[in-house]
Amino acid sequence: MKEIRIHARAGQGAITTAALLGHAYFLKGIYAYAFPNFGAARMGAPMNAFVRVDTRPVRLRSQIYEPDYVIVVDATLLRGFNCFSGLKDNGIAIINQRQGIDIPKIKPTQKVYLVPANDIALKTIGRPLGNTALLGAYAAATDEFDLEALIGAISKRFSEKAKEANIEAVKLGYEYVRTTYSKTR
Amino acid sequence: MREFLEGSQAVAEAVKLCKPGVISAYPITPQTHIVEELAQMVADGELKSQFVNVESEHSAASVVLGGVATGVRSYSATSSQGLIYMSEVLFNIAGMRLPVILTCANRALSAPINIWNDQQDSVSLRDAGWVQFYVEDIQEAADFHFIAYRLGEDKSIMLPVMVCMDGFILTHGIETLDLPAQEEVDKFLPAYKPLYKLDPDNPLTMGPLVDPDYYMETRYAIQETHKDVLTLIPKITAEFSKVFGRNYNGLIEEYRTKDAERVIIAMGSVCGTIKEVVDELRSKGKKVGLLKIATYRPFPAEEICNVLRGVPKLAVLDRALSLGSLAPLASEIKAVFFGKKKTPKVISSFIVGLGGRDITKESIKEIFRLLNTKEKLGEFIDLKPELLKESYE
Repeated sequence: MKEIRIHARAGQGAITTAALLGHAYFLKGIYAYAFPNFGAARMGAPMNAFVRVDTRPVRLRSQIYEPDYVIVVDATLLRGFNCFSGLKDNGIAIINQRQGIDIPKIKPTQKVYLVPANDIALKTIGRPLGNTALLGAYAAATDEFDLEALIGAISKRFSEKAKEANIEAVKLGYEYVRTTYSKTR
Repeated sequence: MREFLEGSQAVAEAVKLCKPGVISAYPITPQTHIVEELAQMVADGELKSQFVNVESEHSAASVVLGGVATGVRSYSATSSQGLIYMSEVLFNIAGMRLPVILTCANRALSAPINIWNDQQDSVSLRDAGWVQFYVEDIQEAADFHFIAYRLGEDKSIMLPVMVCMDGFILTHGIETLDLPAQEEVDKFLPAYKPLYKLDPDNPLTMGPLVDPDYYMETRYAIQETHKDVLTLIPKITAEFSKVFGRNYNGLIEEYRTKDAERVIIAMGSVCGTIKEVVDELRSKGKKVGLLKIATYRPFPAEEICNVLRGVPKLAVLDRALSLGSLAPLASEIKAVFFGKKKTPKVISSFIVGLGGRDITKESIKEIFRLLNTKEKLGEFIDLKPELLKESYE
């Protein structure tokens, strides 16, 4: 079983990110349970979404406290919020890079990937919605599934124009991690 | 077909396959996605149904009452305050013997306002005359809608059925499920042929004033029918398994209870978490198990007694309260064994997960730890003592 926690602010697409991630696993024949944790139900409020995956149906319904992987959609959350809480010793974090944000200290066995996902999104989608670029980065950083699964999930979710742009974002996020972190991976 | 769907979407797809002619609802979190999906299907022409927008849940329930009263299969969904606001009409629907099917996305009741999951809403309506199913996962959430229509519309039953699914955990959770084809559903669920309906050519009255000479018999009749429901559910689920290939007992589900010394009794999605803990503890040699209540109304007392009478210690897990008394499920489980010869020595009652308080594996392990020789009567799990210190002096 692997557990993924996504940190974002309400309105930044954490649930869509979780749904796409779960769907990518689903397309690889893995059972996934993607679910949100709503906070105050206000735009901008910190919120989580989770994905729990396994080779057999997922029965555990609790939130995720000790994730294998963390995705931070909005790095400003790192200012007052421990997004790395409970991250496993060999855990991996993928962070939507933002200037002026200090990245917390990690254990030597943990890995952090900083990805300019919003810049990629501006170039591809035309809006600073880095979610799909982060998913591409996730695929490269974790080796959990190939790009094909992710593109399949995106094709199912988005209609024509948004589909093409998001697939491009996924590819660029993937390539960014492959090239920038080629030595540390 | 295997799909990866949000619980609400899965339920909407299942309801669509049941082809209701009337749908009416008022939006309320966490139920909203279900009726939004259905409204879209109707607007897109995928589902031939009359979708009636109303100004409140009281009206939504009244519309579906009217729908079935005129002989048309009908559907509604709600949650929490919405269900309570419907309650006057819900008693009427059962009293008029109209097989309305309703999804309750389980959520806490105000005050204070809380949009998150527990089961206080539907448990509070256990006396309304409706059949109540509690589902564990999204597959069950979809499947029990087919079972609900088949059961409620059976000529020997003619009662409304509520499918209760945990809000957010199941309504907003996304997982893999098998959605049947229309032909399969049609095979299992024939078109609704009402026993009686409002028809200007053959006038009749439903729910009129009934004086003390007659009222009691109408209530007796519903009570008797609920006994028939208990016998019919296993027959319907057996047929369900033939058509769809999935097996449900429909009343209860035993999980590793056979030689168990300690068993938790619970309803809804928490059963998945309990199964995980049971497997973990079993692998360490602990003889523990789970009994899932799938049908809460009618209450399958005899079935529960048969499978649990030899278990020394039971823990009843309630996600609702009967404020001022023992928790609802706990008091009924205790009643199951009263006066029986061989019974569990300890029946402890635990309250968990109210208003969305997360139920972790640790919460369940704590319940198993507390399930010892000393009986607990309504022990709250995961309570925060620091929040109980405030005073207004």
